[in-house]
Order: sequence, then C-alpha cells, then structure tokens
Amino acid sequence: MAYTVRRPNLTFWEKIYLPNILAGLAITFKHLKKMLKGETHVVMQYPEEKWDAHLPEYYRGAPTLVKDEHGRERCVSCQLCEFICPPRAIKITPGSIPSESKFAKVEKFPEAFDIDMSRCIYCGLCEEVCPEQAIFLRKDYAVTGECRADMVHHKDKLYELGGTMPDLVHKWNPEK
Amino acid sequence: MELLSTIPWMLIASSVAKTLFLIFLVVLPIVSYTVYAERRVSALIQDRLGPNRTGFPISLFGFKKDLQLFLGGLGQPVADAVKFLLKEEFTPAHVNKFYFWMAPVLAMVPALSTLAVLPFGNYLFGQKMVVADVNVGILYVFAIASIGVYGIVLAGWSSNSKYPFLGGIRASSQMISYELSLGLSAVPVLMIIGNLNLSDAIQYQIENGWLLLPFTDGKLTLREFLLWIPILISFVVFTISMFAETNRLPFDLPESETELVAGYHTEYSAMKFALFFLGEYAAMIAGSSIIVVLFLGGWHVPFLPINTLESSMTPGGIALGFLHITAFFAKVVGILIFFIWVRWTLPRFRFDQLMKLGWLYLFEIALVNIFITAGIIALVK
Repeated sequence: MAYTVRRPNLTFWEKIYLPNILAGLAITFKHLKKMLKGETHVVMQYPEEKWDAHLPEYYRGAPTLVKDEHGRERCVSCQLCEFICPPRAIKITPGSIPSESKFAKVEKFPEAFDIDMSRCIYCGLCEEVCPEQAIFLRKDYAVTGECRADMVHHKDKLYELGGTMPDLVHKWNPEK
Repeated sequence: MELLSTIPWMLIASSVAKTLFLIFLVVLPIVSYTVYAERRVSALIQDRLGPNRTGFPISLFGFKKDLQLFLGGLGQPVADAVKFLLKEEFTPAHVNKFYFWMAPVLAMVPALSTLAVLPFGNYLFGQKMVVADVNVGILYVFAIASIGVYGIVLAGWSSNSKYPFLGGIRASSQMISYELSLGLSAVPVLMIIGNLNLSDAIQYQIENGWLLLPFTDGKLTLREFLLWIPILISFVVFTISMFAETNRLPFDLPESETELVAGYHTEYSAMKFALFFLGEYAAMIAGSSIIVVLFLGGWHVPFLPINTLESSMTPGGIALGFLHITAFFAKVVGILIFFIWVRWTLPRFRFDQLMKLGWLYLFEIALVNIFITAGIIALVK
C-alpha cells in the first residue's frame, strides 16, 4: 500500500534556506570557538596521555601466563586452550616434569608456549576454558613488532607479562 | 637581428617573473596550506584536533625521538607532497590511457590560467601587479574556468568504470548549469563598473567604495545605497554558483565520497590524483580572487594611501606595494576560510535539488537582478 509521507509546511524563510544556513554556520562557529579557547576536552593525546588507569576490571588485553605463590607455572599443558582458540593462535609443546621435582605429581608442563599475537582476537576463550586458571587476559593492548616473528609471544614473555597470581588453585600445593 | 630587437624582452621577463612569483610563491603555498586548514578547521569544528604533529621520522634510523622542525602540524603539507611524489604511479589496465593521462593536466591548467588576469596588487618595482592586464578580463576568466570541466569529464570517462563515469556526468551537468547563473550574476557588477577590465573594476571601487561595502570611501550616496540591493543579491548568487563551479560542498556531487567512492578521480593515484586535488584548490583560489576583485575592492585597503607607478620604486612605495599584495591575499584567504566553514556545516544536496536550485531559482534571480540594476542605474543619477 502506498504510504504518503507528510511533508512539513515550511515558512517563507525556511523555504529560501539562507537563514537556516546562517544558523548552521553559527553552530559550527560556536564549536570552533570553544575548541580554540580550549573549553572542549574530548581528545586524548595518545602516546603522552593514556587511558590505562580507567581500563575496566573485565578488560581483555593480551593473554598471559601466570605462576602461583610457590613460583610454579600453573599451566599443566592440557592443551585445552590450544584446541579452543578460534584463530589457532596458541601452540603448546608439552613436556613431562622429572620425578625428582617437588611438583612431580603435576606430571606435565609446557616446554614451549607460543601465542601468535598477530592472530589473537582477544576473545578470552583460553582464559575461560583453562581448568588450572593459568592463562589470563591482562591489560596490555599495545602489542607491536617489526616482523611476524616479533609478534609471537614465547613462554618467557608470557610469564613476564603475567607475573604471579596467588591463591587460586590449591590441589598442587606441595605441603599437602 | 631585426627580429630580435622587436621582441619586447622586458615585457616577457617581467611577465615570467610575475607568473613565477604568483604561482610558486603565492598560490601553491596557499593551496597546500588551504588543504592543511581544511583538515584543521574541519577537525576543530567537529571537536577534534586534526593534524597537530608532523616531523621527520628519524627514530626509524635509531634516533631516540622524531625531529619536529615545524610548529605543530604545519609540516603536514610538506609531508603530503612527499607522499604524493613517492607513491607508485599506477595506471589501471582498463583505462583509456591517453585521456587518462591528459585529464589531471586539464584539471590543473585552467585553474592556474585564470590567475593571469587577476590584479593581485597595485605597483611594485615599477611594474603593475597583474600578469596580463587585458580588457576582456572577466570574460577570459569565465571562458578558461569553463574549460576546467573537461578535465573532470575526461577523467570520469577515460577511467572506464562506473563511479568515475557517474561523477563525470554529474560534474559536467552541474558546472554547465551553474556557469549560467555565475555569468549572469556578474553582469550587474559589470554594468555598474562599465568595464570588463579587472584593474578598472578595482579602480572604480577605490573611487566609489567597495561594491559590497559602498561606504568604504567614507560616504554613501542614494545611488550607492539603492545599488546595494542588487549587488547583495548578485553577491549571494555569485558565491553560491562559485561553490558549485569549484565542486565544493554543499555541491560536491562529482566527488561525493558517500555515494560514488571518490567520484571522477576514483581510479587515480599518486601525483595524478594530487593534480586533481591541487586543481580543485587552485580553482577555489581563483574563484575567491574573482569574488575579492568584483565585490571586495581587490587589493585596496580603505583609508590608506595608494602608491603610483612613479612612487613604486621608493621605499615607501615598495612597502605600500607589498601591503596591497598582502591585503589582496588576506581577503582571498578570508573567503577560503569561509568556503571551508561552509563545507563543514552543510550537508550535500540531492542531485535533483541541485539542478532545481540552479535552473529554477538562481538563474531567474540573476536574470531579474540585471533588470533591477539597469532600472536603478537609469533612474537614479
């Protein structure tokens, strides 16, 4: 069914359009003047000023690996994160913990843990799926590199970014 | 030998010097800084900052910080030029090569050629500050400016792809339509001045006050007051037509990024694109200069002395000569800022609205305005 759009009845001054142009020019000039006087603050000068302090708790930055309060790497190399990673950015080479170690009952640790940050989509599925609470998305967002190899975060880099996170899982506690 | 002595070497040398001064020392810097102003003013109007830091990226070569030679983003035009010069000159395989290469030149050359008849100053070093002081001044400007449409049409057609083609068609119909009202709205001015020569137009305005501000000579007669009405109408129509002629928003339908990708220059890159860009801004400068000459008294500064051919060699005369040139380009820059201001205020017209405005309103208004002017000139002495 045809629908007739009701057009507004314009007055003479609206029809000749020029007063409205002047009104529009006045609005833009007001914005220009406020910017020039420094009354508008909407832009942050990025490299000098940063928003880091305002990042919310749930912010999903670069994925990192964490250690527990005994300095043990939490990752047990189950590879769940590797399997769930949608862009397949994670690559784990499992290794076994020698029997003389005090964490021998953990059995496995990652010999190599690589996250290709040029593939990572910061979805957080690795963090969600991890049964050991070993991988967390932290607040680092400026991940840069000069070549593709630079963009791969190796295990040492991941632990450097992650640091320690105590009191999460106690089943591997050597005292028990 | 006979032939050599008949060639006016002095005239040629002075014309070349004036042309080089006008194009390379005045117009091209104004063009590049208009582009900068365009970006900066648009940013400020939209509560952003715009390009405010440009430097040499010497940190690429192991230095600690980049070198910032210019204040804020004032180096941006230089960086833009370097980028355009170093980019790959890519010609798509499906284009008509000859016209594809010719179009950017045809867009740039007419815009710069119109500058030849503009009196951009009074006298300096015993020379009149106009490259060609011809008696058909304003007609020459309209004739050359209308060639500018060929560059756009050829670019749109030779690109052999749909969006440039649509842009080219729009440009040709728009520019041809608005040339009518542009020419007709200049007629009342020429009737009042009684001469086509642009230097004489300025001379008239020195003696009788600027046409748009007739009180700048210190008095306002009844005739001037009555003529003010048609001049205001013709100024508005002329300025609107100039916006359309230079493809500026709200009439930028040949480019219209949101509809036609980039319009007629979609297939162009690097320096060929830069030529379109420069041509567009040079046309803006030419258009603003015409507005300044016809309505705003050209290089004349009210209530200040004017130097003559004789006094232009003395220090005072030289200072005045430079002051006149500065005054002219200050007025031009003012109009350019207005162009930018309007661009970031108004949305784009629809194509049928554009045609309706041109043919049904501006054309008639300009036509009637001629008769009003004629009546006032005939009745009021």
